[in-house]
Amino acid sequence: MRLGRIARIVIFCALAVSLLPSAFAAPKGDPIKIGAVFAVTGPAAYLGAPEDRTARMVVDEINKDGGILGRPVQLIVKDTGASSEKAISFAKQLIDEDNVVAIIGPTTSGESMAIKDICQKSGVPLISCASAETITTPIAKYVFKVAPKDNYVTEAIYKTMNKMGISKIGVLAANTGFGNGGKAQLEKYAQAYGITIAISEVYDANATDLTALLTKVNATGVQAIVNWSIEPAQAIVAKNMKQLKMTQQLFQSHGFANIKYVAAAGEAAEGIIFPCSRLVVADQLPDSNPQKKLLQKYNADYRAAYKEDASTFGGHAYDSLAIIKAAIESAKSADPAKIAAAIEGVKGLSGTAGIFGFSAQDHNGLQPDAIVMVTVKKGKFVLYEGK
Amino acid sequence: MDGSLFIQYFVSGLTYGSIYAAVAIGFNIIYNATGIINFAQGEFAMLGGMIASSLARSCPLWLAIAAAVVATAVVGVAIERLLLRRVSRFGVLKMIIATIGISIVLRELALAAWGESVRTVPFFTGNEVSSISFLGANFSPQVLWIVGAIALVAVALTLYFKLTLTGKAMRGCSASRDGASLCGISPGRMVAIAFGMSAAIGAFAGCVVAPLTQTHYAIGSTLSVKGFTVAAFGGLGNSVAAIAAGFLLGMLESFSIVVVPEAYKDVVTIVVLLTVLVAKPTGLFGSRAAGALKEY
Repeated sequence: MRLGRIARIVIFCALAVSLLPSAFAAPKGDPIKIGAVFAVTGPAAYLGAPEDRTARMVVDEINKDGGILGRPVQLIVKDTGASSEKAISFAKQLIDEDNVVAIIGPTTSGESMAIKDICQKSGVPLISCASAETITTPIAKYVFKVAPKDNYVTEAIYKTMNKMGISKIGVLAANTGFGNGGKAQLEKYAQAYGITIAISEVYDANATDLTALLTKVNATGVQAIVNWSIEPAQAIVAKNMKQLKMTQQLFQSHGFANIKYVAAAGEAAEGIIFPCSRLVVADQLPDSNPQKKLLQKYNADYRAAYKEDASTFGGHAYDSLAIIKAAIESAKSADPAKIAAAIEGVKGLSGTAGIFGFSAQDHNGLQPDAIVMVTVKKGKFVLYEGK
Repeated sequence: MDGSLFIQYFVSGLTYGSIYAAVAIGFNIIYNATGIINFAQGEFAMLGGMIASSLARSCPLWLAIAAAVVATAVVGVAIERLLLRRVSRFGVLKMIIATIGISIVLRELALAAWGESVRTVPFFTGNEVSSISFLGANFSPQVLWIVGAIALVAVALTLYFKLTLTGKAMRGCSASRDGASLCGISPGRMVAIAFGMSAAIGAFAGCVVAPLTQTHYAIGSTLSVKGFTVAAFGGLGNSVAAIAAGFLLGMLESFSIVVVPEAYKDVVTIVVLLTVLVAKPTGLFGSRAAGALKEY
């Protein structure tokens, strides 16, 4: 008797579920398959997890609004754990077995470089969420990226230093693709801005205490320190500096752009200056800013869906999908080659990272003004406007 | 190098050494009781820090730490009783591999339970910007807590193994399992106690270092590697040697920065470690008898 009742409930639920799609105006036809290669777990999970969440959220929203060209979008997410080897095998799988029309991600620069050639040779557009300049320089016809170029970020830091009268700095970087890339950029542009790098050191990304290294940096008499890393080291540098009573101005990379990291560093985060897109200071933007509404909507949607604050990293997934959608719509086709060609024609697209305008010569699409300097005041991000 | 700079590097070395020694002691207790290397040792420290960071939001810090230590000890005993005891008939090597599996499971469970974000435990005194000045060197008051906690654990363990009946029984068991059984000591119970103690010490260490180092689901493997290095460096099975080796390694890491770039820090320590192990395979302070693989 009881089993019978349970069986009836199951049948009822199954029927209800099978009837669900017809209840909404769901998009019909073959789904447009988009692959996503994110480091959802592992050492870059801080970047990959929000990208994964954002991508799922955006695809749900696209499908709710009737899909692209009336076809539903199917997102196939692969978790690489930040391993380049896995990124390669997943990219091949997505292209050869799943026949995706485009790939978004990978999360890290190392993974992006690992699959750049695969996507180029297979003729499947790749929109990387990582920041290294080498991803789009030299240009590969099928490879794009949405994170601002490293040099926009470093130059924004140096311009601020010039205004503050800082000329002698120390550079610290985590021993990762991101850290080494940032360090190379800082070293490359220092001379152009009249800045001397007195000491430049790389540390283990999993370091738990950096007081010895900071003692060495402190002894060189630098005026400011630039740290290029993600969690957990970026909070450790800030804390260790305060514990050593170091008074130099601390600059962080755009990897600091998540309010969670401010919480992790606590009071030690006060006064840190870092370059970043406008997402984290959306509410402080003037109403005339073309990105403001979109940024506020993304922040609110993400918070509602996942009970945590959105980050610029998740924003990269948002922008990638928005660009693919715009490209498919303008090409009126979901053919990979036509999508790649159409991306080069995307202009004036308001995204989370800035206003995108691609061309055959520019596969990043962002201008230096996509970057603003942000500082931490009383545990909150505020636009840095100089002293 | 002037005096204050020397002390500054010394304090850094002391901090690193204490963190490594705390994990190494846990390795040794289990090694003495069972002859296996428990590669989930770092995960005990991770669990301690993570549980304490969650509880500290709603209850006093000391209570959160006590609860984290007890909970992790229960996990430690459960792992021994429910898993390792069942694979013990396959031999020591298989059990060591099983502990690697357990460490992965614990890490994934922590990822599912707490997510990927980095967490902190509140500082015991002051906060992240507090600093104590001593002879021209500056350091966080938490450094004193860490060094004090390790000293406390070392003294408590020594007294426990020398003075209490259970402590003596555990030592007897590690010296001769059959002999201990003949005297009415249950080796199985001693092994369970060893796992509980080792997990508790790991968790305690995890809580004490977490304000400084922060904690996240994947921090265990880093700690395991350093802890095992220190345990092998000092001589497996010898907890006092582990503390000495921890400080040696810590000082080596801290002072090597003066002459080589930070990036080569691990190269220096590994070269020293390999040299010691080639010259004296039982570790700096180990003896051949203690170095022989024990039976479970």
